[in-house]
Amino acid sequence: MSYTKLSNAQIAWRAAQDIDDGAYVNLGIGFPEMVAKFQPEGREAVFHTENGVLGFGQAPKEGEEDWDLINAGKKAITLKPGASFFHHADSFSMVRGGHLDVAILGAYQIAQNGDLANWRVGSKGVPAVGGAMDLVHGAKRVAVITDHVTKDGKPKLVEACTFPLTGVGCVTRVYTSLAVVDIEGGKFILREKLADMTFDDLQELTGATLHTDGPVGDLTVPEL
Amino acid sequence: MDKSISTLTEAVADIHDGAVLMIGGFGGSGSPIELIHTLIDRFRATGSPKDVTVINNNAGNGYVGIAAMIKAGMVKKMICSFPRSSNAEAFNEKFLADEIELELVPQGTLAERIRAAGAGIPAFYTPTSYGTELAIGKPTEEFDGKHYVQERWLKADFAIVKGQLGDKHGNLTYRLAGRNFNPLMCMAADVTIAQVSELVEAGGIDPEQVITPGIFVDHVVEVKEPAQEEVLVRTEEVH
Repeated sequence: MSYTKLSNAQIAWRAAQDIDDGAYVNLGIGFPEMVAKFQPEGREAVFHTENGVLGFGQAPKEGEEDWDLINAGKKAITLKPGASFFHHADSFSMVRGGHLDVAILGAYQIAQNGDLANWRVGSKGVPAVGGAMDLVHGAKRVAVITDHVTKDGKPKLVEACTFPLTGVGCVTRVYTSLAVVDIEGGKFILREKLADMTFDDLQELTGATLHTDGPVGDLTVPEL
Repeated sequence: MDKSISTLTEAVADIHDGAVLMIGGFGGSGSPIELIHTLIDRFRATGSPKDVTVINNNAGNGYVGIAAMIKAGMVKKMICSFPRSSNAEAFNEKFLADEIELELVPQGTLAERIRAAGAGIPAFYTPTSYGTELAIGKPTEEFDGKHYVQERWLKADFAIVKGQLGDKHGNLTYRLAGRNFNPLMCMAADVTIAQVSELVEAGGIDPEQVITPGIFVDHVVEVKEPAQEEVLVRTEEVH
């Protein structure tokens, strides 16, 4: 049985299909930022960044950066028409107050009850949490994009996280390199999987039981 | 009323050994570089202020600003959300050698703790960090079926911030995303010192455009064409 897992761009593309026109969205630093590239034609989401900007667009051309205009990843950004600035307490009121429609984050582990571990892998080194623990509370949907397994092949979807938690019971949907999985009632519910992959293949690479509550769709994405 | 001060040296003269110091900015955006380096210059010349606790989102970048304070050895403790930035060697070295304390606070909780101090609210509940190692030892409560962690206000002896326009009453505006923590810190410190790119007379800022009302600001010092931390880090002009 052979199948080709999705690239990061393809995972980001799939996550972008579920973002509605007019949605207010926070994308985590790093891989999740890629989701912004794949907004479907005819839809316009408004992107939020923790340091106090709504409505930012792409990076400026090299040499045209204004370093007072950055995102939470400290990268230079540009503004789109309708953008606004605000201070940090307002910014996190948007987060905690339930005003964001979706937050899309990376993950080290996701548990079947929705627990997320994405800020550190152990007790060594310099800890840094940033806005991750805030973002997992308050957005109407908290989605994760991730490879289905770690670099050495271990499941990232697990019964219980072993890495330090970012939040408890907070994730509602996971987009992986192999599948789309919802978290409902403390269970992983499989929504889509690669067409070339059997359910058993996928279960083998998943650290907790995958459930279904209806037909499982094919996870189809364009070449990117 | 005239809150303006003519030199940077005078503006930070009262900041003392052991002070708890809020420093505005997020990364290089809104970072009061000239005020920070005036403090560093005094420390290098006189050994004071030492044992400072610094509150900022980060723990410095490169060897300018907060990173330079840490490198110089004047910082006892950092209270921040994200010390591990791409170029944070100054903090990392001290931290891994156990030469600096760290209180790690989630970013939204950090902002709200500072806001609460400015608003006279000693504690509040937030869902952030519930069930994680950052909530250990903190009281928790259930409201309407959800769990929350009690967090305390965060005050400071001094705040140093960067504004764009400032008037002699202390009213401030900010440039682009340089607002970030600055307005909150102005409210939460006993004494707030603002460097502004342009100092104007009272009435020189349209009241509708004022972001920080002057009641929250004690001293204003003009720094025309201020350095931008990120630009300095990228060119490493200052060591």
